[in-house]
Amino acid sequence: MSISEKSASTQKIQAGLKRRYAKEKRFRLYGIISLIISFAFLLVLLTTIVSKGLPAFQQTYIKIDVTLDQADLGVDKNASEDELFSAPYSKTVKNSLKAMFPDAHGRKQKRALKNLVSKSAAYELRDKVIQDPSILGTTQTFWFLAKDDVDVFMKGGIDRKLPESERRIKDYQLAWIDQLIKEDRLEKRFNTVLFTAGDSREPEQAGMKGAIIGSLLTMLVTILLSFPIAVATAAYLEEFAPQNNRWVDLIEININNLAAVPSIVFGLLGLAVYINIFGIPRSTPLVGGLVLTLMTLPTIIIASRAAIKSVPPSIKEAAIGLGASPVQVLFQHTLPLAMPGILTGTIIGMAQALGETAPLLMIGMVAFVSDIPGGIFDPSTVMPVQIYLWSDSPERAFTERTSAAIMILLGFLVLMNLIAITLRKRFEKKW
Amino acid sequence: MAFSGLSRLVTELCSTLRHNGSDQRESPQKHYLEGNMPTQTILITLVALLLFSYFLGRKRSIAVSMSLNEGETPLHSRPQYYGYLVAIWAGMPAILVLTLWSSFNAPIISSLTVASMPETQNTQSADSIGLMMNEIINLAESGKAAEHSDSVLRNAATHYQRLQGISSLAKTAVVFAVALVGMLIGWRLISPETRARNKVETVIRWMMILCASIAILSTVGIVFSVLFESIHFFSSVPPTDFLFGTTWSPQTSMRSDQVGSSGSFGAVPLFLGTLLISAIALIIAVPLGLMSAIYLSEYATPKIRAFAKPVLEILAGIPTVVYGFFAALTVAPFLRQFGEMLGLSVASESALAAGLVMGIMIIPFVSSLSDDVLSAVPQAMRDGSYGMGATRSETIKQVVIPAALPGIVGGVLLAASRAIGETMIVVMAAGLSAKMTINPLEAVTTVTVQIVTLLTGDQEFDSPKTLAAFALALGLFMVTLLLNIIALHIIRKYREQYE
Repeated sequence: MSISEKSASTQKIQAGLKRRYAKEKRFRLYGIISLIISFAFLLVLLTTIVSKGLPAFQQTYIKIDVTLDQADLGVDKNASEDELFSAPYSKTVKNSLKAMFPDAHGRKQKRALKNLVSKSAAYELRDKVIQDPSILGTTQTFWFLAKDDVDVFMKGGIDRKLPESERRIKDYQLAWIDQLIKEDRLEKRFNTVLFTAGDSREPEQAGMKGAIIGSLLTMLVTILLSFPIAVATAAYLEEFAPQNNRWVDLIEININNLAAVPSIVFGLLGLAVYINIFGIPRSTPLVGGLVLTLMTLPTIIIASRAAIKSVPPSIKEAAIGLGASPVQVLFQHTLPLAMPGILTGTIIGMAQALGETAPLLMIGMVAFVSDIPGGIFDPSTVMPVQIYLWSDSPERAFTERTSAAIMILLGFLVLMNLIAITLRKRFEKKW
Repeated sequence: MAFSGLSRLVTELCSTLRHNGSDQRESPQKHYLEGNMPTQTILITLVALLLFSYFLGRKRSIAVSMSLNEGETPLHSRPQYYGYLVAIWAGMPAILVLTLWSSFNAPIISSLTVASMPETQNTQSADSIGLMMNEIINLAESGKAAEHSDSVLRNAATHYQRLQGISSLAKTAVVFAVALVGMLIGWRLISPETRARNKVETVIRWMMILCASIAILSTVGIVFSVLFESIHFFSSVPPTDFLFGTTWSPQTSMRSDQVGSSGSFGAVPLFLGTLLISAIALIIAVPLGLMSAIYLSEYATPKIRAFAKPVLEILAGIPTVVYGFFAALTVAPFLRQFGEMLGLSVASESALAAGLVMGIMIIPFVSSLSDDVLSAVPQAMRDGSYGMGATRSETIKQVVIPAALPGIVGGVLLAASRAIGETMIVVMAAGLSAKMTINPLEAVTTVTVQIVTLLTGDQEFDSPKTLAAFALALGLFMVTLLLNIIALHIIRKYREQYE
């Protein structure tokens, strides 16, 4: 190789060097860009949810002077509780509103007037009267839940500049609301209904309590079943299973498969086996928990196996040397030492189960349940399914409630993951 | 023992919760609950009995060992093992009997009730007997059976009530008799000859094997539940029509003489829609996930890595229903408006919106799996490439990625199986109409969407409409299983290569 040739190739290389470095930079940039895009998606997702959901934590209330006319209600102070219970309170609310806005005329406007306050106003009034019948015949001031349209308007969800025909709230309703605002009769407060009520068809009365309790009960069933089963499985596979055994291989293959089966298929299993063959009642936390158990098993088993594997053999051998049986070694040494890892895996599995929706739709948890479930045999719904149900509702006020429900669900998930991370950081030992 | 204590706590918790609930409102399910109470009471009592027998066994073993004279063989195990032994003898057979009784109670009582009815009623078809039985059970549980007008139903319902009463009484008696007999056997076993610890440990080992076998059992359960209903379905709709038909309209009419009463079950549009949405998702997720993984494993400083990896994982931790809501409420209208701006007509439930959001969801699957395989490529290969004068990106493109390709392909296949089986995003953001199109701007439907719509409506369980859902699920299960087996096989093969 001559010198001139070499320099020529060096030149060639050097000429290409700039291009190659530019390429290198570009490639690196692609990496950064794709990371940024992924983060941007996450950010957009979270900000959309939060900005849509925050207003739902407030709820508009209307102050109304209610004249509890005994003649209208058809009861007096001495009436029995049954009579008080079935008196026409909605009429009283309607009359009180009429007294405040005498200008309402025609059926349409009168109905609109009634729709300023929630239907729950009549029930609240009823409870107040039953509690203290002496208020009959007097005029009292109450704060009632405002109807969802008023609520949405108060939070700026309805543009008053739109032409009347395109607006949910008509001009005369606007005038009433303006008057109410002027008289300080409208107030936004923290939305306690969201946390204390069950589901409802009326957005302003709809709450998450039923779904939260339903989720808790379902998780209870899930953890009580999946934790012991998964730990026993993991311990067996790690400590007792014979090597190169067909049955053990089959178990391992099946655990991997279970982890990969689409979640909806578990729902079909629940429908076909649990409900149709075993006759477990539909829509209950029991059947939901049974389905979710199968889904969380692989997660917990895999985490537990890793945790059990990481316990140093020297500890086990020392215990065996002192005369402990294999089962004693497991329960007295291996499992306690592996527990932080097992618990971390369990919490992560539970977090997955808490957010799972599709299989629960299959087993009837999608039914409309307004009662707060009292036990694992009561029909109920869970948080993600409640989100799905609300997102399907056409009312504008449900959109923000859906986002708020998502925030509550995400709050639970963040909490669970934080616990898992702390557990891992605090108790995980490196041997 | 910790476990039995825990379960007692739970039962108590449940009953207090229930108590609170019924204070607030009269539950319409109340009668049903009362019907269920005996089993729960039996369980609680049984747990108490187990605790009792544990302490009894313990005490007895201490007493026995005290009474032994010097020179006699002492008890083999420590006292608590004798306690466990007695508790196992008292509990296991009783719980077994209870489970068996509870699971076979309903069908046996139903068939007894049907058998007791007049000839004309119990020779009907299986479907109408099922309907009638439902009516009878509702009547019996409403507590108003004696007031019903139809004498046949009234008699059947009262008969049903009587049978239920006998059954629950007998159940209680039998379960406790079995428990007590078991306790007695356990009690008599306490002697120096009994190796209690070994016995208890054998039971524990068998329980562990049983638990481990649940994984197999549930796979078998899935396969059989889906397969049986599918075979049922294919007996009324030929498999070729299902697999190759191009019209999907499962709406069967109420009366057989109406138009379109048969429904048509050609699943090709569903397969096409599923593929379309999954393809869009993969087109988004694979480059983004792969490039993120490459940057994180090859370029990023440990600090960035420690921050970015968990943040990416958050994407995987967000429930799918949240993605669905995001897709339907934010992404789809945005795409629609954007399309209008460009003069395109985008359906409000376009495949693009669902696919896009699904793509975001599976980015972390692709990235974490690719990250694993990229890190598994030996450093020596990179060093060799650098030594030859290659830049980092050239090394990555020409050495690392080719070496890691099987693993990456495996990861992509796993992501694809995720996308195909994903349900909530498409249920909320994709359409319902089955169209034969590959235009991402149009609304398509998927296999999972159809399963949900077919099964969440009020339909008789045996109609071809609901059975079609099981056939679809069978297809879904097979395809995802196949994809997973291939993917895991590729990944395992690849790992062995560098170990």
